[in-house]
Parts: sequence; structure tokens; C-alpha cells
Amino acid sequence: MAPAPTPARNPAAPLDLDRVAALRRADLLTMIHLAKSGHVGGSLSSVDILTALYYDVLDVRPDEPRWPGRDRFVLSKGHSVEGLLCILADRGFFPRAELATYCRYGSRLIGHPSVKVPGIELCTGALGHGLPAGVGMALGAKRTGQTWRTYVLMGDGEQAEGSVWEAAMAAAAHKLDNLVGILDRNRLQISGPTEQVMPLENLADKWRAFGWEVVRVNGHDIPALIAALRGAPCRPGAPTLVLADTTKGRGVKLMENAVKWHHGVPSKEQLAEALADLGVGEVSF
Amino acid sequence: MGAPCRQAYSETLLAIARQDPTVFVVCSDSSGSAMLGDFAAQLPGQFVEAGIAEQDAVGIGAGLANAGLKPFVTGPACFYSMRSAEQVKVDVAYSHSNVKVVGISGGVSYGALGTSHHSLQDIATMCAIPDLAVVLPADAWQTARMTESLVAYDGPVYVRMGRNAVPDVYGPGGVSGRTDPFVLGKANLLLEGDDVLVVSAGEALHAAYVGATLLRERGISAAVLDLASIMPLDEGAVLAAAARVRAVVTVEEHSVHGGIGSLVASLLAERAPRRMRRIAFPRENLVTGTGAEVFVHYGLTPENVAAQGEALLREVDAAGGAGAGAR
Ligand SMILES: Cc1ncc(C[n+]2csc(CCOP(=O)(O)OP(=O)(O)O)c2C)c(N)n1
Ligand SMILES: [Mg+2]
Repeated sequence: MAPAPTPARNPAAPLDLDRVAALRRADLLTMIHLAKSGHVGGSLSSVDILTALYYDVLDVRPDEPRWPGRDRFVLSKGHSVEGLLCILADRGFFPRAELATYCRYGSRLIGHPSVKVPGIELCTGALGHGLPAGVGMALGAKRTGQTWRTYVLMGDGEQAEGSVWEAAMAAAAHKLDNLVGILDRNRLQISGPTEQVMPLENLADKWRAFGWEVVRVNGHDIPALIAALRGAPCRPGAPTLVLADTTKGRGVKLMENAVKWHHGVPSKEQLAEALADLGVGEVSF
Repeated sequence: MGAPCRQAYSETLLAIARQDPTVFVVCSDSSGSAMLGDFAAQLPGQFVEAGIAEQDAVGIGAGLANAGLKPFVTGPACFYSMRSAEQVKVDVAYSHSNVKVVGISGGVSYGALGTSHHSLQDIATMCAIPDLAVVLPADAWQTARMTESLVAYDGPVYVRMGRNAVPDVYGPGGVSGRTDPFVLGKANLLLEGDDVLVVSAGEALHAAYVGATLLRERGISAAVLDLASIMPLDEGAVLAAAARVRAVVTVEEHSVHGGIGSLVASLLAERAPRRMRRIAFPRENLVTGTGAEVFVHYGLTPENVAAQGEALLREVDAAGGAGAGAR
């Protein structure tokens, strides 16, 4: 059975989600600056997608992270953990003050998603794992007659992993219209542009050929993202891929579309410049 | 502090590949972290980019070897030893393909990036695969010698090295000052001794060596054996060094299960039992920290090597001498 379109679930959501996203970008940059470690570019490119999910689309309970009826979210591009941690803390899954311990000796906040952190479903960090697990989650929901949904966020460089396509095939075979894949199409990976390292195009055609419905959206337009995510499934019996066109390093001029900011640590001056770009004052945890 | 091993590897390989057009590199969006950017830029005809696809990269390596080339498939050790373990087993080892699978940023050298990026089960996995040599260089100096040697060796090899700059054990600037050539299957006895033997390899060797020197300062005759190649294991060297001492301590950047400690313990248990202590990582989700912090947390330090060596000797002597505890 196809799940009904997702009802509005978070009436308390702040109205200005662009502002929320800017604040989370400021948080994650500050966190990376303090930790002297982090994946800046991919985190910034995913923030609007994560904001749409965690402040609107996902039905989750911060005070009951393992509530059985929750929607599932898997960050398959696990290196973008910083944005996710800042959002989970802001949503109340764990104390915001803990963000200051990111990557510190003894902290439970490591440089990739870990199930030690409330709200995280799966340890990720090795690319190409999220979609297979997402297929299992969605299939489990179907087989047990539950209506929650599963969302998996992937990178575009990640699309080179064969396991992505093995899962894509399985999702269509099992008619998982309760599964939504999201592709952060920022056109860069570590070594350079995806189309130079390992060409991916035509991505939409590839996913369609694997039996998915593809919705293309501006990955920084939060209302459009919400509409695309809530609009799934587009076709009963078919999984949906939200192909989100994004800019790596989004929101900070010096980092936008810059290969070298895949990982990197902003200096004090660069952090100040970034916060100015975002229109956010100094951040404390 | 010396240079990172990965730097010595990439510089040596590039120098050789300029002379030998059959030396190839295969990467998986890993040329930057492997410091092979210069190789890719200068020798594009000898460089293959597989994208983020480690299984494909190792398979491509096997195919290139079949075509008569000498591929060095290079990327993070965590992914090459796990994600593509089956390609290493079947396409490389069982097929006896002349492929060098080179795992960089191995052990805990990715620090707080955490479990997905640590490779602490690779010795266990790779040593159980027939025909596959397994090598852990200790420093930049040994890495350069190893790289030269592996180009000349026709057969499957798994190499693991770290990410960060490490102090040299070998070479003129190294703590041992030794300049042993790298010979696959040959261990190096860096210090001779009659009380306790410290066995190690890879980037834990420095702590092992300095720990042994601390013991010697305390009047304990401590020997140090660098296995260098874990497989083939230089059984003769282990047995000969162990025969002289009353206790054996192993030190390694790996799970306590299936690594150097396990290999040495199995050999000695069958041939010449000695009481042992294995300094390694426990089978648990490790504490968060930099590689150096994680080393200190689990006792991969000179002070702990010395403390364990002393404590073990006291136990053995209280029990009545070498081998007594094992009987
Ligand atoms: C299996 C695996 N191989 C390699 C890596 C190392 N790695 C981390 S991020 C990254 C690039 C990812 O690029 P992309 O998917 O495009 O992510 P984004 O641009 O959004 O950061 C790579 C190769 C990894 N984490 N997992
Ligand atoms: Mg990308």
C-alpha cells in the first residue's frame, strides 16, 4: 500500500527556515573551527536539505529518539555529519553545549554519524552504505504494515559506489514507494568535479532506468525541497529520488564551489568572514 | 619528527615510475590523501581514476596486472581492507595477480573521524588470505626501501601505512640509526637482549623501540624485533629472539585479536611457549581522539611498553622462570 502524502507534522516549526539554515551553517563552521577538523563543503551544501527534513518533513521525537513510529533518516554521505549534529542539537536530541566537544578526546561526537548520538539511526562514513540500509528499513515498514517513511541523503561522488545501484535495483523490485533518496548534486568530490573524476550524467536518466521517479529541485530552495519531499511518492509502487542541485560550500563566498574546501578548517578570520556572509553574529555553545 | 610514510611512498613510486612505464597507480578519489597528485599530473598515462569505488579499483588492478602492468592500487586502508576484501582475496591473491594494494591513513591515524575510518582488523583479515604478503612499514625511511622492493617483487601484497608524520626508527636520523634493507619475509632484530623481547611492526614500532630502551636504562636486557613483513612471518627470527628471553611483549596498532600478538602467540605456543603481554586495541568501539590521544589511551606508549615488560618479567620470575607460566 502506498503511504498517504505526509501531513504537516511540526506546527511549532519556525517560519523563517532560511534563517534557521543560516544559523545552523554558522554553528557548524564554528564547531569545525573549534575542533580543527571537519568536512566543510559537503556539510554546507546539505544544510538546506537537512533543514527541510528536520524542521518540517520528518516525524521524529527528540525526547524519544527511538520511538518506533518515527520516520527514518540516514545520512549516507556521513562526512557531512557536522550539519546533522548541529540540527539534532538544536531540535533537542542532545544538549547544544555538547557541540563544543566535537572530535575532542572522549566525546561521543566523532567525525561521522554514530549511533552513540541520539537521533542517529546508523553508523555511516563509509560511502555507499545508506541506501541499502534504507531499503531494509522501508521494506521492514512495508512488511509490518507501518506507515513511517525512510529518507536517505547521498552525495554525488558517492554514486560511483556499486552498492548504491544494487540498492536502487532492490528498492524498485520491492516497490518501495515509502523510500525517498535525496541526492546532494553539488558536482564536486574530493579530487575535483564529478564529471572529470568519474562522469555521472545523465543521472536522472540512470535513476529512472532503475525504476525510480525522479524529482529535480533547487537544493537550496527550502519550500521547494519540502514540497518535493512531501510530494513523494509520485507514483504508487515507485521509490522517489529527489535530485537536489546544490552548491558545495553554499552560503560562504570563499568556500562556494572550491574543491579545496571539501575538508578544511576555517581560521579565526575566515570564520568571521563566513559569519558575516551568513548574517549571523558570533556563535557560542 | 620524520615525514609521513605516505609521502615517502608516493615520492619513491613516482621516481621509479618515471623510469618504468609499467608501474601504474589506481586511485578511488584518493589521489590527494595518498599524496599521488603529482603522479597523476606527471604520468597521466600510468594513472587510473576509478571514482569512489574501491571494489572496482582492486578489480581494475587485477586486470591491469593480467595485461602485464604493475598496479599499485592506493587509498584508505579501512576501505581497501574491508570494502574490497573479496576482490583482494579472489581477484588478487588466489589469482596470483601482481597487484600491490596499498592502504594509506591506516590504523587509527584518521583519529576522531572515527570507527568507519579506522583499520584495526586488516592484519587479521589479510593474513588469513593465502599467498598475500602483508607489510606494515614503520617510518618514511623504511617505506621508501619497501616501495623499491615491492616494485621488483612479482606477487600480491597488502601494505598498510599511516597518515601522519611519524618519528623515524630507521635511517641516519632514526632512533635506532639502523639502515637495514627491506626484504619481504625478513624481520629485523634492532636490539639484542636476554630478558624480554618486544615484537612490533608499523607505526607502533617507535613506541616499542623507545619502551625497550627505557627497560635497558633500568638494567633489563630488552630485545626489539621489527617484523616489517607480517606475512610471510619470519618465524625463524621470532623463535631465535624468543629463545633468549623469559618474556615477550607485542605492540601493534591493531585489534588485539588476529594481529601481531596473535601471530606471535600462536607460533610460540606451538614451538617454544613464553609468557606474553599483547599491547593492542581492545575489541570495542574506541574512545574519540586524535591518533596520538588514542595511542596514549590504550597504552601504545614507551612508558607502558616498559611497564608491561617489567611487570611481566616479575610475574615470570615469581612463577619460576621462562616458559613456566605457559606450562
Ligand atoms: C567507501 C568510501 N570511500 C571513500 C571515502 C572517502 N571520502 C569521504 S568524502 C568523499 C567524497 C565524497 O564526495 P560526494 O559524495 O560528492 O560528497 P560531497 O561533495 O557532498 O561532500 C570521499 C571519497 C569514504 N568516506 N567512503
Ligand atoms: Mg559532491
